Amino acid sequence: MDTQIEISSEPLKTQACIDWVMSPQCGGIDIFIGTVRNATNGKNVVKLEFEAYEPMAIKEMEKIAEQAFKKWQVQKILVHHRTGILEIGDIPVIIAVASAHRDAAFDACRYIINTLKQTVPIWKKEIFEDGEVWVAAHP
Amino acid sequence: MQIKILAFGIAKDIFGSANINVELRNNAKAEELKDLLEEKYPKLKQLASYMLAINNEYAQNDSPISITDEVAVIPPVSGG
Repeated sequence: MDTQIEISSEPLKTQACIDWVMSPQCGGIDIFIGTVRNATNGKNVVKLEFEAYEPMAIKEMEKIAEQAFKKWQVQKILVHHRTGILEIGDIPVIIAVASAHRDAAFDACRYIINTLKQTVPIWKKEIFEDGEVWVAAHP
Repeated sequence: MQIKILAFGIAKDIFGSANINVELRNNAKAEELKDLLEEKYPKLKQLASYMLAINNEYAQNDSPISITDEVAVIPPVSGG
């Protein structure tokens, strides 16, 4: 069981993430790559800004990885999250999971991104042509 | 005791600052701090929800706060 968790203001490197989870014991890698979409609810998005409470975010992501290791037979988990201003098509998050068999990797990867969105203290601001809004802040 | 409160996301906009100082009684519970913050910054009550974190862990309403703790306001998260 091996984990790599990072928060970075630099562009995320997809190939390096894949390389890190590769291992001879694993029959497959499941990877989730989040990308910045150009619209939300029909409104054009110009860019996104991500902010993290870094020490707590790292701690929460470590907890999620630990839970995933307990629930599924996976070998390696990588979670990288970006901060700062991101343009359309940029990558805010990469989750990569390697396991001996594919079902565990698919399930763990989905669990990690879904839980990250619920518990990890990172915030996304959508910036439109005519204003900006912190996502999910208001009911 | 005076406690420094860190703010992120929309909480930073509501406070007008990335951190504020608040006067709190010794060993006050998280709930008391929330009440105090909501009184000073009523816009907090308009949020979908928010949590406090003490030393990088989500706090419960009855979690005690001491002077050496790092306290943060955690509005609804939206990473990923």
